[in-house]
Amino acid sequence: MRPARVQLLVTCLVDRFFPGTGESVVRVLERAGVTVSVPAGQTCCGQPAFNAGHDDEARTLARYTIDLLSASDDPVVVPSGSCGDMVIHQYAALLADDPEYGPKAQALAARTYELTIFLTRVLGVTDVGAQGTGTISYHPCCHGLRGLGIAGEPKALLAGVHGATTCPLPEAEVCCGFGGLFAVKMSNISGEMLARKLDAIEACGADTIAVTDVSCGMHMNGGLRRRGSKVRVEHIADVLAGEAPGAKERS
Amino acid sequence: MNAVDVPFYRRVEDALTKTRMRQAVRHTSGRAMESRRAAIAELDSSDAIRDQARAIRSRTLAALDQHLDTFATNVEKNGGTVFFAETGEDAVEYIRRLARDRGIRTIVKGKSMVSEEIELNPVLELDGFEVVETDLGEYIVQLDGDKPSHIVAPILHKTKEDCARVFKEKLGASDEDVAGVPQMTQLARRTLRKAFLKADMGITGVNFGVAETGSVTICTNEGNGRLSSSLPRVYVAMMGMERLVPTAADLGVMLEVLGRSGTGQRLTVYSNILSGPRRPGEADGPEEFHVVIVDNGRSKVLASELAEILYCIRCGACLYACPVYQQIGGHAYGSVYSGPVGSVLSPALAGIRAFHDLPHASTLCGACREVCPVRIDIPRMLLRLRAEGVEAGESPQWVSLGMKVLGWLGTRPRMFNLAGRVAARAAGLAASDGWIRELPLHLSGWTASRDFPAPAKESFQERWAKRHGGAS
Repeated sequence: MRPARVQLLVTCLVDRFFPGTGESVVRVLERAGVTVSVPAGQTCCGQPAFNAGHDDEARTLARYTIDLLSASDDPVVVPSGSCGDMVIHQYAALLADDPEYGPKAQALAARTYELTIFLTRVLGVTDVGAQGTGTISYHPCCHGLRGLGIAGEPKALLAGVHGATTCPLPEAEVCCGFGGLFAVKMSNISGEMLARKLDAIEACGADTIAVTDVSCGMHMNGGLRRRGSKVRVEHIADVLAGEAPGAKERS
Repeated sequence: MNAVDVPFYRRVEDALTKTRMRQAVRHTSGRAMESRRAAIAELDSSDAIRDQARAIRSRTLAALDQHLDTFATNVEKNGGTVFFAETGEDAVEYIRRLARDRGIRTIVKGKSMVSEEIELNPVLELDGFEVVETDLGEYIVQLDGDKPSHIVAPILHKTKEDCARVFKEKLGASDEDVAGVPQMTQLARRTLRKAFLKADMGITGVNFGVAETGSVTICTNEGNGRLSSSLPRVYVAMMGMERLVPTAADLGVMLEVLGRSGTGQRLTVYSNILSGPRRPGEADGPEEFHVVIVDNGRSKVLASELAEILYCIRCGACLYACPVYQQIGGHAYGSVYSGPVGSVLSPALAGIRAFHDLPHASTLCGACREVCPVRIDIPRMLLRLRAEGVEAGESPQWVSLGMKVLGWLGTRPRMFNLAGRVAARAAGLAASDGWIRELPLHLSGWTASRDFPAPAKESFQERWAKRHGGAS
């Protein structure tokens, strides 16, 4: 059944760093005919703590987020493969021994979707009425690609953007080197991985690279800016919301 | 395991300056991935055979003690001798004593990662035995006083020019001898042939032991494994305790995934199945056939949450696939086992304290899991080891503190939001055009090669609340 309402888990990075992207997500979902609610009091899903091996803190944040999203039975949409993977796969594993939250985690996982998966597989939409310009390419973020199995969905959505063309990205499935704290703790390796990714991005001929995660996006954009490149990485919601590429609002 | 006296970040800094090494690693890794892809594409269903291979590994390890018993019984039935070495030292001591008792002078070795793991060569050399590595890559590593940087391709980090230099310096080779790869291979062949003929002991690793037949299988592309195992009068097979398959039928599946994943071949050029010493009337084969089964921490791993890493068949595909390995090469890992599998196996065998950095040398991108022929969930185990590191007090203070703060703030949305506003205010002072060029202290690594975005003054939730009047 096609859901009429969804809860948006906006993610802490979108919330504090890229609020415009959060609004793009809402716009795209509403345009697809879905009513969006934003459960108040959202913080962090706990992925950074889990990623760093601090499982206790990750569990604390998981329980908090589970409670927040369990007040309603509406499906949950996350504009991130990484946070999506956390809620969909890692919560249940982290809380496997918790008799109360283990089952809650599983129930939440069953109704949580990454944005592009929700649009294409649940709503069955690839044309969201988006307007664009220029050439758009796509970098598959690792956790979405290999954690959630996001495959052709974002490309199908991008192909549905009116007025824009798409082009392939060489070595698209090679990680950009973000990896959360990895980019700070092992910043030199991360920087070399980023350079490799940016070389491919600049060579592919696109004006815009669409991604499913603002985290990888800010990593690549940070590198592109440092290089003085004109190419910009955009969250796919910003592309699909029909804003002119490169002009995303970030007040 | 190797002693790690240089900190990981230093080894990485060093590796990143080696431009030629890095080009060699990236080039060869790329080619290996291409070959693998082509070899896998030939199969009707690569997923099906990988599932089958995984099931074999899982079944084997679930009853490893039984399979080891069967294996040992059958090796002895075939006329061989089995020695269970609980530690690396036990294994070294057994081989050393055997060599002394048998009056051995020259030992030829086929490739064996477990012998690298237990550091066998230096002990034997100290005892006065001549030890000659016969795998071409290992031979060059040995001549150069270097270390292997990949579990399958030991000289992945060397260019052919590097190899030419080694042959000229160490063997006095002429320009003609090193004019190309075929010439260098011929030179090594001529030199190694002499070693094979005079050796009285051969030592090789084992790709798979077969429990039901008591056989050991060696896969090579140079035939050095079969020369090492059949020419000298004493043969020693060294295998990690987990390298077993129950039946010959299982072996067939494993050989297929090993060849295709490791080297992009349908099968390795030589797959030798050895079942005991020379029998009466046979033309060749060793007089003595010893199998040294090495535990060296594996029992402990088998009983832990990391048991799955023992499924590994040492194909090396995860190293080729790893974008981190492709940047830093194998030596930076400071262990004989490098790359993703090494980042799990090294701390699993030697303890998290010795290798606490390795589980963090990954973005958890999952490329390793994607190519693994037995579908080991390496990212999951890296995460488990990161958690073990935290429990062992190996997490840097600033990270631990940061995570505590995150955990505290994360359950207090007002405080969380306030912290965000404060950060936005502070960043606003440092940013220009919404981006920060230089972050302080521990975060400075980020801005060494990329800008960092300044947080927004007003968060999405604040904007939403304004528009929708508080809660949704």
